[in-house]
Amino acid sequence: MTTKAEAVVVGASAGALEALSAILPALPREFRLPVMVVVHVPSDRRSVLAELFQAKCRVQVREADDKEPIAGGTVYFAPSDYHLLVEPDKSLSLSSDEPVLFSRPSIDVLFESAADAYGEGLVAIVLTGANEDGAKGMRAVLDLGGVALVQDPDRAFAPAMPQAAIRLCPSARVMALEEIAMYLQKV
Amino acid sequence: MTEIQPAEKVEDIEIRLLLEALYITYHYDFRNYSIASIKRRLRQAREQMGFANFSALQERVMHEPDMLPRLLRYLTVQVSEMFRDPSYFRALREKVVPHLRTYPSLKVWVAGCSGGEELYSLVILFREEGLEERTIFYATDINQEALHVAESGIFALDRVRLFTENHRNSGGKSSLSDYYQAAYGRVSFDKTLRRNVVFSDHSLVTDAVFAEMHLISCRNVLIYFNRSLQDRAVGLFKDSLVRKGFLGLGAKESLRFSRYAGAFDEFVREEKIYQKRGA
Ligand SMILES: C[S@@+](CC[C@H](N)C(=O)[O-])C[C@H]1O[C@@H](n2cnc3c(N)ncnc32)[C@H](O)[C@@H]1O
Repeated sequence: MTTKAEAVVVGASAGALEALSAILPALPREFRLPVMVVVHVPSDRRSVLAELFQAKCRVQVREADDKEPIAGGTVYFAPSDYHLLVEPDKSLSLSSDEPVLFSRPSIDVLFESAADAYGEGLVAIVLTGANEDGAKGMRAVLDLGGVALVQDPDRAFAPAMPQAAIRLCPSARVMALEEIAMYLQKV
Repeated sequence: MTEIQPAEKVEDIEIRLLLEALYITYHYDFRNYSIASIKRRLRQAREQMGFANFSALQERVMHEPDMLPRLLRYLTVQVSEMFRDPSYFRALREKVVPHLRTYPSLKVWVAGCSGGEELYSLVILFREEGLEERTIFYATDINQEALHVAESGIFALDRVRLFTENHRNSGGKSSLSDYYQAAYGRVSFDKTLRRNVVFSDHSLVTDAVFAEMHLISCRNVLIYFNRSLQDRAVGLFKDSLVRKGFLGLGAKESLRFSRYAGAFDEFVREEKIYQKRGA
């Protein structure tokens, strides 16, 4: 198990709610890493993910604020209609740049900026989804020495996104949701 | 002894040098913008403009001024909508306009106006509320191309459906189609909307205050700045507003971490509308 881990980034799309429910509530109260999460949600809807998961989790959960310093043991959700990025000084930034692969927030944008900020200290996780977002970002994470975990496409609600990640990142570790949850508890 | 640097470190150095070069050569100062997002957009620029690295890009931009507008297209993000976040415009209409009515003449500053979407939204709102005639609107941006688009008032027809829906959701009292004519896949907004508008090239980073504003709307610009630059811009707004003047920010921007938070009251909290304190 890596001891270098400093932060976790997660991307999920179609079927996200169920997949995240297997992972985030399992994080122990004393979990020390920050977790940044991008979920594709319709842009015209206020995101309720943070509230939803705060009720189910033992760690802090909230929607990311612009220029907020990143705190350990906290889950940050990207707000709907904004990209979420990690700054080199380990604070969060939001941007209203164009959607990437039709998505804003974009998993690639989060992963690439987090890879720059954390290098080999980053654990990136791609979960269920019906598009290809996250694959390029995961490639960047691996290229900078980070860890890549992908939900087993055969057991994902929507296999396309994990499949795309595996195609671009053959060295990523393919896991069931329970295994990902276990991994994080020991990271 | 000389140690080989990993590739990404060299890239960081090149980006810092490029931003410095842009500042010294052209007086465009991106040095204190959010690094993560500047880096992402510079990487796009480098790839799409066909340069192997940022040093090569820097060389060309410094020697060929014609390259500058192309690069600025990447460095400044021109994403906007009319009546973006309709609830913001509804709050202006319902909560701020009653205060503005009490002034015999008004000044409104749209800072970072991009292609004019936010400006036209405000002018239409003011016309609907009967305030347009007594108002001067200042629309500013650092991107000249964007300012030209704003002055032309021309938008792609396929965007108008969203604009119309937003306008309606903002509590619009007229029909958006009253204000434009459509032809050849584009719409052209009525030039009378620009009667009281002054367009100008102004940077929140390097330029000075505007005088005696009653309302400043600056949305989705501050998120591109780091904290010290955000402080500078908010300080500029504070000094440009009349006592009890209003400041409206983007949905995910706030004065919470600002050095000047104490100079403002939250006026409509959920919509990030602030009022400068009286004292
Ligand atoms: C994302 S757009 C926001 C447009 C509009 N205000 C809205 O919310 O829809 C950001 C705008 O800020 C402008 N901008 C960037 N840096 C600026 C600066 N230093 N001073 C003034 N405007 C700036 C950009 O050129 C761009 O037009």
